[in-house]
Amino acid sequence: MHEHEPASDATVVSVRAMDIATALALMALAIIVMLECVEIGFGWSEAEGPQAGFFPFIVCAALAFASLINALQAALFPTEDQHGDFVSIPGLGRVALVVAPLAAYIFAIGYVGIYVASALFIAIFMMAFGKIPLVKSLAVGVGVPLALFFMFERWFLVPLPKGPLEAMLGY
Amino acid sequence: MIAGSRGNGGACVEEISSLMQGFAVALTPFNLLLMAIGITLGVIIGVLPGLGGANGVAILLPLTFSMSPTSAIIMLSCIYWGALFGGAITSVLFNIPGEPWSVATTFDGHPMARQGRADEALVAAFTSSFVGAFVAVLMITFMAPIVARFALQFGPAEFFAVFFLTFASFIGMSKGSPFKVIAAMCLGFALGAVGLDKMTGTLRLTFGHDELLSGFDFLIAVIGLFGIGEILTSIEDGLKFQGAHAKMRLSSVLTTWRKLLPYWATSIRSCLVGCWMGITPGGATPASFMAYGLAKRFSPNGKNFGKGEIEGVIAPETAAHAAGTSALLPMITLGIPGSPTAAVLLGGLMIWGLQPGPMLFVEQKEFVWGLIASMYLGNIAGLIIVLTCVPLFASILRIPFAIIAPVILVVCAIGAYTVHNSMFDVWMMLVFGIIGYIFNKLEYPLAPLVLAIVLGDKAEEGFRQALLSSQGDLSIFFSNWLVGSIMGLGIVLLTWPLISGLFAMLTRRNATKLADSGAAGE
Repeated sequence: MHEHEPASDATVVSVRAMDIATALALMALAIIVMLECVEIGFGWSEAEGPQAGFFPFIVCAALAFASLINALQAALFPTEDQHGDFVSIPGLGRVALVVAPLAAYIFAIGYVGIYVASALFIAIFMMAFGKIPLVKSLAVGVGVPLALFFMFERWFLVPLPKGPLEAMLGY
Repeated sequence: MIAGSRGNGGACVEEISSLMQGFAVALTPFNLLLMAIGITLGVIIGVLPGLGGANGVAILLPLTFSMSPTSAIIMLSCIYWGALFGGAITSVLFNIPGEPWSVATTFDGHPMARQGRADEALVAAFTSSFVGAFVAVLMITFMAPIVARFALQFGPAEFFAVFFLTFASFIGMSKGSPFKVIAAMCLGFALGAVGLDKMTGTLRLTFGHDELLSGFDFLIAVIGLFGIGEILTSIEDGLKFQGAHAKMRLSSVLTTWRKLLPYWATSIRSCLVGCWMGITPGGATPASFMAYGLAKRFSPNGKNFGKGEIEGVIAPETAAHAAGTSALLPMITLGIPGSPTAAVLLGGLMIWGLQPGPMLFVEQKEFVWGLIASMYLGNIAGLIIVLTCVPLFASILRIPFAIIAPVILVVCAIGAYTVHNSMFDVWMMLVFGIIGYIFNKLEYPLAPLVLAIVLGDKAEEGFRQALLSSQGDLSIFFSNWLVGSIMGLGIVLLTWPLISGLFAMLTRRNATKLADSGAAGE
């Protein structure tokens, strides 16, 4: 029996806990903004009428209030759905497998340019995620950025970040 | 009121002649080509998971910077029509709603496909979409000039009242928790407030970061929340497509059209629901559900709904398109978009140097009527393209997700970068993507969040200018019948969840009281 337990209990976090955490995070954000609004002035000035912090202050007061109710609702009167899982472990793994390479991709754009980074990202993603053969992955990985290159740099004249490879080729 | 007092007949003739000029503007070979490209791209966007009308248009917006505003809006609005059509293909064939407004189409569309009537369901969906859109465009043609003329008299208080009504209706018409709507909306307002305060020139909420000087661009939010967020949701489920095949023959198109005729009453009702929900920003999604529900209730075959009843395809598709199209009416006349996609188009107008709002009808006649004419032409072109190319579009979904997903992510990143040529925006896109994923799962609505980022500045401006002119007296928002009734309607909508809750409680109590007194009498 014991070896089956981890699979059936594969809960990372419940919807209810996530609801409470999100509401608290929004409430914290609202309070930070309200404090900032107090600093820049949220009252009435003779020359300008309502000051710059006036509107964000009201809005964040509403955000804090609504989040308080959302947190209390999830904590005290959870619905049937809120007892369910927010995400399963394999599901979370799949999401992480997209977010991490995506972050690495965005990081790489600054160094090798968007076209080379895109080629690598597409090819590696296809091989790792879809178990697609190397040749096919490379073909799509090179083909798509090439098409994008002609579309943006040539036809629509929208310059995108370029790296050493493009510089070598004279762009 | 002077302009409004003119005879209706005269006004109609004027609109028709303006529309004819609009057709002359829209009917150039270049614009027709753009229309075809726009529709095709739009259908592809509507079919692909992770790309929808709003973020599809947002990503392609930078490509139009070098075009004339008229050509640009023709292409972008055609992408929107295409996306509206495309949602139906995935709903019917794959039981996957490509767009939220096509969820109701899956109820009867997919059972029809499983019974081997996919072609019938698709023809019914496309034709109904076309009818809904066409009625909405007719409505825009004759209503828009009247609304614009009327809105020319609006002052800051009236504009704020309309904004208030817009956002109140999100709360009043929400299906889930109204407090989640408020939270999402206020988060949007707060994000929209970051940066330079246009009225006083004060910097606010930047917390010392130079990147935040110009604030958060809603286009980045749209790409992240809708694009990346949806990809993450799809990936988590380990998406696999299993679909029905569709072949489209001319004979089946004609026989289906003949079958559609008896359902004219459902069509008219769904058009009305759609137009109403589109103008008041209820949006296409609730409109499609409402029309489906009404059709189920009024149809003699109501109990067969959900098992492959053609009426169950006609009703939601007609309403969704009518709503999606009418959402452009408040956008061009008041500068207040009725849907996230309309908001992106509005952002486009500003980038091309046009100021949306009632003055557009006076200053940019050619642009406005070119746009309205292109709505007629775009929908006709759309119907022809989708009817002829269904197998082609359906085959897109047979490409493995492992290929589609990274390409969409790359396209989203490029789209986010090109908005301001800034890498910071690409990082923000990732952050918004994660927020979108979490909000999606917790049922925080994304549409009011996006609209709040877009409209926050203007709503705030109206509010502050009105208060400035009244020296801080809040009664300015109720100072005449016009602003007072808009505000009143807004307050009713805002408190609607409360009112309907109380009402339900009262009727229940009355019922028990009656039962009690009945028992006492015996």
